[in-house]
Amino acid sequence: MDIFLQQILNGLVLGSIYALIALGYTMVYGIMGLINFAHGEVVMFGAMVTITVISLLTSAGVALPGPVLVLIGLLVAIPACMLLGFVIERVAYRPLRNAPKLAPLITAIGLSIVLQQAAILIWGRNYIPFPPILDHETIDVFGATITQLQVGIVVLCISLMVGLLVVVEKTKLGRAMRATSQNPAVAGLMGVNVNTIISATFVIGSALGAIAGVMVATNYDQAHYYMGFMIGLKAFTAAVLGGIGNLGGAVAGGILLGIIESLGAGYIGDLTGGFLGSHYQDIFAFMVLIAVLIFRPSGLLGEKMADRA
Amino acid sequence: MSLLEVKNLQVSYGGIQAVRGIDFHINKGELVTLIGANGAGKTTTLKTLVGMVKKSGGTIHFDGKETDNIASFNFVRNGLVMVPEGRGIFGKLTVEENLQMGGYHRNDKDGIQRDIERGYELFPRLKERQKQLAGTLSGGEQQMVAMARAIISQPKLLLLDEPSMGLAPLIVEKIFEIIQMVAKEGVTMLLVEQNAKLALEVSQRGYVMESGRITMSGPAQDLLADERVRNAYLGE
Repeated sequence: MDIFLQQILNGLVLGSIYALIALGYTMVYGIMGLINFAHGEVVMFGAMVTITVISLLTSAGVALPGPVLVLIGLLVAIPACMLLGFVIERVAYRPLRNAPKLAPLITAIGLSIVLQQAAILIWGRNYIPFPPILDHETIDVFGATITQLQVGIVVLCISLMVGLLVVVEKTKLGRAMRATSQNPAVAGLMGVNVNTIISATFVIGSALGAIAGVMVATNYDQAHYYMGFMIGLKAFTAAVLGGIGNLGGAVAGGILLGIIESLGAGYIGDLTGGFLGSHYQDIFAFMVLIAVLIFRPSGLLGEKMADRA
Repeated sequence: MSLLEVKNLQVSYGGIQAVRGIDFHINKGELVTLIGANGAGKTTTLKTLVGMVKKSGGTIHFDGKETDNIASFNFVRNGLVMVPEGRGIFGKLTVEENLQMGGYHRNDKDGIQRDIERGYELFPRLKERQKQLAGTLSGGEQQMVAMARAIISQPKLLLLDEPSMGLAPLIVEKIFEIIQMVAKEGVTMLLVEQNAKLALEVSQRGYVMESGRITMSGPAQDLLADERVRNAYLGE
């Protein structure tokens, strides 16, 4: 088996999920300069709600093909997470709109803890297995393997990202979002209800987060109340790597980070003479984060943070 | 009845009273200017008219109605449009997209497109730069974008805050030609300017503001001839 190609494929799957989540971070940052650290928890809720719905259906004896069950789960999880995203902005961030930047940042971290605790109350502290309803049939790619499910994940991620770009670049809503991110006061003069636009941003990001959560859960076959923390941090890293506030940057940063991490995990044993194993893969993401912050704080595609009159 | 009727307007922020009870009015079709030194309260007055700043006292009647209960993003839907100080264009949107933002509150797609085309006729320069990011334009061109965008918003009253600020003298003249052009289109305007001479020359009436109060008012020609105005604002 070709390790290099295999790790690239793994990285692509992981990276496209990171990218999907990173979009949620970067959209919110772009429009209001806020790092919504609770976004990882929205991802977790997406996974948890989907698993709950599927478990309820299967235990009620509903016999449907696996993908259909997942789809039904998603159709519940997406609106649930959109509502969660809406409420988060409304309750936690809107009152702090004009507060010093540190206040919403601390609120974001606090909110993240609150949501984790809420998840413990609802789903408990244990790992929750993803119901065994999906085939993990593999496809051979030049000696490396990828499952059909993973192909589906990558294809869906790319479609969603393209869809989002079309919304942001070509629609009236997207134009209003970009205008608001540049100058909310003037956007207001043009008749844009800035509150609505900010809500829409949270809702769209949360919908993508819900889908990403389900992807994570199917890819690792489990979900956990704490899963949003690490994946959120990685996606945040991806957003910073690409240049926070930049949608294309989030996509590029996510995929790049996924591949770096996978390659790192694949070769770390060889590199350290077996001293460190592949479970140390997390260090790569944060090495990347530190390197970006030191050498190119504006990210790969980001612009210098200069305000223009 | 005047299009805009302001009575005893007072505005304070942060404990400072920026506007201390002013009265003025604007009739339909007029071009009126508000001149005064830096910090006299001109910009605050404009911002209050479009709901960006809340007044602390007095009344504002626009088109016969009080504007107190209009949400700040709805002023444009009532025909009150402002070109803010520094032009307020969206630098990372294209020229075309900036103009489209002018029609954001409108639902007649064809009408918006027609008005955008009319904007290009008014400013052929912008047509050439249609797909360019507005932030890459020169100051004068950006002011054209701001003016065209404002017209597409279909103002009943257009408020211009320091349109000449930061522009070279030659460009300033060009901007004032544009203002006169827009006035000929029948748009009622309130022009706030530090360049008092140019502003009074193009306007029908003027108000002079000092430390939050209106100290003089009258036909622009009279103000231009007034000795106090000449000494204080025309540098003569």
